[in-house]
Amino acid sequence: MLFQLTDRPIEPLISSLHPHTGAIVTFEGRVRAVNDDREVSSLEYVAYPELALHEGHAIVSEALERFDIIGACAIHRTGHLVINDIAVWIMSAAVHRKEAFEATEYIINTIKARVPIWKKEHYSDGETTWVRCDHCANPHDHSKQSKASLKRKRYATR
Amino acid sequence: MTILHITYFAALRDATGYSEETLTTEAVTAKTLFYELTEKYHWRFTETDIRIAINDRYRPPDTPLKEGDRVVFIPPVAGG
Repeated sequence: MLFQLTDRPIEPLISSLHPHTGAIVTFEGRVRAVNDDREVSSLEYVAYPELALHEGHAIVSEALERFDIIGACAIHRTGHLVINDIAVWIMSAAVHRKEAFEATEYIINTIKARVPIWKKEHYSDGETTWVRCDHCANPHDHSKQSKASLKRKRYATR
Repeated sequence: MTILHITYFAALRDATGYSEETLTTEAVTAKTLFYELTEKYHWRFTETDIRIAINDRYRPPDTPLKEGDRVVFIPPVAGG
């Protein structure tokens, strides 16, 4: 399966994946305890599953076409996650490491830009907010932005 | 008049108070429907913030709406 959504822990799914050959690059996106100087206690991921699965599958398929890799897959969590949980897990396998690194970066950047998944941060003071990352709309911008300008914006809904 | 099924996620679900609704509209395109619903719910999103899905696929804002379409306005995504 090229792309999966799951409301269960990702760790057991990883161990069941068969590594193809050669260089394997994996990326784990984990829940961190601080974002924009605020103490995060947990995260809630919500997906639009029909479109998320379609786009996720398309993104991994694109990576298989664009890069000289043997295999790739990605898994994204939904539901309530606590600090250090794996939110997203990506693997690219290739003969040489360069292609595997490039494909993995392409997949995570494009997932962040295109897949309809939203993240609500829960803070230790009890507040919550939906996170938006404007630069994620164009993943290439990430490499051009200063660290300070990559700060995520929060937005109220009313 | 067209009958449509609208599904809301994340910040738009909070703004509307609904996960989904069925409505009758004179809006011809997804873009005009977005403006109509902005008037109704006063959400703080503009056309440039939002992407549009019709029947579970991304579509351009000027896509004509058909009877029974499922429409989802996609606020800025934050996966990963």
